[in-house]
Amino acid sequence: MKLDKDARYTKEHEWIRKEGELFIYGISDHAQDQLSDIVFLEPPEVGDSFAQGDSIGVVESVKAASDLYLPMSGEIVKVNDALVDAPEIMNSDPYGEAWIIKFKASDPAEFDQLMSPEDYEKYTQEEE
Amino acid sequence: MRNQLEPLIFEISSPGREAFTLPELGVPEVQLPEGYTRQQLNLPEVSELDFVRHYTHLSQMNYSIDTVFYPLGSCTMKYNPKVNEKAAAIEGLSQVHPLQPESTVQGSLQLMYELQEALKEIAGFAAVSLQPAAGAHGEFAGVLIMRAYHESRGDSKRTKMLIPDSAHGTNPASTAMSGYTVVELPSDERGNVDLEALKQECDDTVVGLMLTNPNTLGLFEEHVLEVCETIHNCGGLIYGDGANLNALMGITRPGDLGIDVLHFNLHKTFSTPHGGGGPGSGPVGVTENLAPFLPGPIAAKDDDGYKLVLPEQSIGRMKAFYGNYGVFIRAYTYIRMMGPDGLRAASEMAVLNANYLKARVAPHFPVAVERTCMHEFVSHGDVPGTDIITLDVAKRLIDLGFHPPTIYFPLIVHDALMIEPTETESKETLDAFAVAMTRIAEEARTNPQVLHDAPHITPVRRLDEAQAARKPVLCYKG
Repeated sequence: MKLDKDARYTKEHEWIRKEGELFIYGISDHAQDQLSDIVFLEPPEVGDSFAQGDSIGVVESVKAASDLYLPMSGEIVKVNDALVDAPEIMNSDPYGEAWIIKFKASDPAEFDQLMSPEDYEKYTQEEE
Repeated sequence: MRNQLEPLIFEISSPGREAFTLPELGVPEVQLPEGYTRQQLNLPEVSELDFVRHYTHLSQMNYSIDTVFYPLGSCTMKYNPKVNEKAAAIEGLSQVHPLQPESTVQGSLQLMYELQEALKEIAGFAAVSLQPAAGAHGEFAGVLIMRAYHESRGDSKRTKMLIPDSAHGTNPASTAMSGYTVVELPSDERGNVDLEALKQECDDTVVGLMLTNPNTLGLFEEHVLEVCETIHNCGGLIYGDGANLNALMGITRPGDLGIDVLHFNLHKTFSTPHGGGGPGSGPVGVTENLAPFLPGPIAAKDDDGYKLVLPEQSIGRMKAFYGNYGVFIRAYTYIRMMGPDGLRAASEMAVLNANYLKARVAPHFPVAVERTCMHEFVSHGDVPGTDIITLDVAKRLIDLGFHPPTIYFPLIVHDALMIEPTETESKETLDAFAVAMTRIAEEARTNPQVLHDAPHITPVRRLDEAQAARKPVLCYKG
């Protein structure tokens, strides 16, 4: 399993990274591996606001459809539209090109509650 | 099964050929107005013989319960007795019009009435509506009935529906369509609803719980009485997903267990053909309290005979006219042919067959939860220590003459392989399937490539599902 050392993680297998004033969000390598071939992404829209833990969209693979949960509250600033046309990028480059959204956090301190790469690695091993 | 690729009917088209002769015109010919006619219609032109061959070939490519063992978990692919078809073809039933006066279709209404009565008795309910056209449709009707009940009491605080993580995906969908929020409940290690998690969620905002029993792991809910009582104590209702009723007939009744509303899958439990997506029929049964809210019209009987009535606070119609009538005839025939003892025997044999097959398959494909199962069981379909995944196993089964089981469901089991043999299969068939599974487990170690490349005998080989989903081609572009 690949990890991005700069990112923080959730139990639902999403990652978040700080990027200047904004936060950037995607699904983890473990998530894409479990989902297998991803075929569809329904992202939120720019300007949408979410509370911590809200479902912000849907990702579908040949195996299953899963909700995307945002572990922080905030407002969507940017959506990676390229992923909608080429969802397979989430399989090939989950931490890079396959970022899903960028958002402005209402409470940046919520970032500190997320799992470190080490804790997340442990968590995925225990889950299996 | 025919294993040659069949061209599209457009590809065998040749100008001027026709497979149909229109009868002589009996009315004056009228020209359609300008703008409503076309000179070029892209319709195939074939002779009657080519036409018959084309569709016969396609039918020979089908996998069906009449040709192969079809252990598709959660789908109850039991044999559909041919006497059902004979009954459905009776002219007095098949040639009536839904707008005929009730006095001229008393037999048709009697059949509906008696089917309602039979379903009430089988599942332990006070009233039944035959309206919904399929399982998920019945589920949606059920949730709308729960909503109508709470609203009729002015109980508007209730917004959350509890749904176990093993549930069919249609449960949360029906809930969302009814305007409610889904709260997922975890399962415990024996595959039951986690009672502690359930109790924590129980308050006066609970609409109810959607319970599938036996659940999608093929396991009977061991705390069903306590689960129902807990929900009732906080003012919620229990929705029963009747998908797995085939395990229970004549043994226990959902209504007696505390379930308030349940949908039946006539096409599954009561043996009507349903491979290929229909037609289904998903009647709902309810307790006395919920009877006024049933969708209608439903069949009733008084001194003058049979008639159709709408329950007083009905949620309304779920479908045009009276439901999928052709399915009623088949299900009614099945119930009458089997009788109470026959239905019980069917359920017992369904459970016995599943447990026998589980015992033979589990050494190679371990079950998710080691318990006596009901009518189906769930194994892990991957082969540890190899790179063989469930999909490879499923595709290889096609080569060996079997329809693959349901795969990758339920979601709470990794690499799930969900096997439901049903009661209508012989021990010899189950043994042959077990032998095939054993062979596949061996091939996974000795010749994995044969599994990766499967299926080998079909007109097309392994399909690229990801590409098909990402870039679907939905129309013929000739």
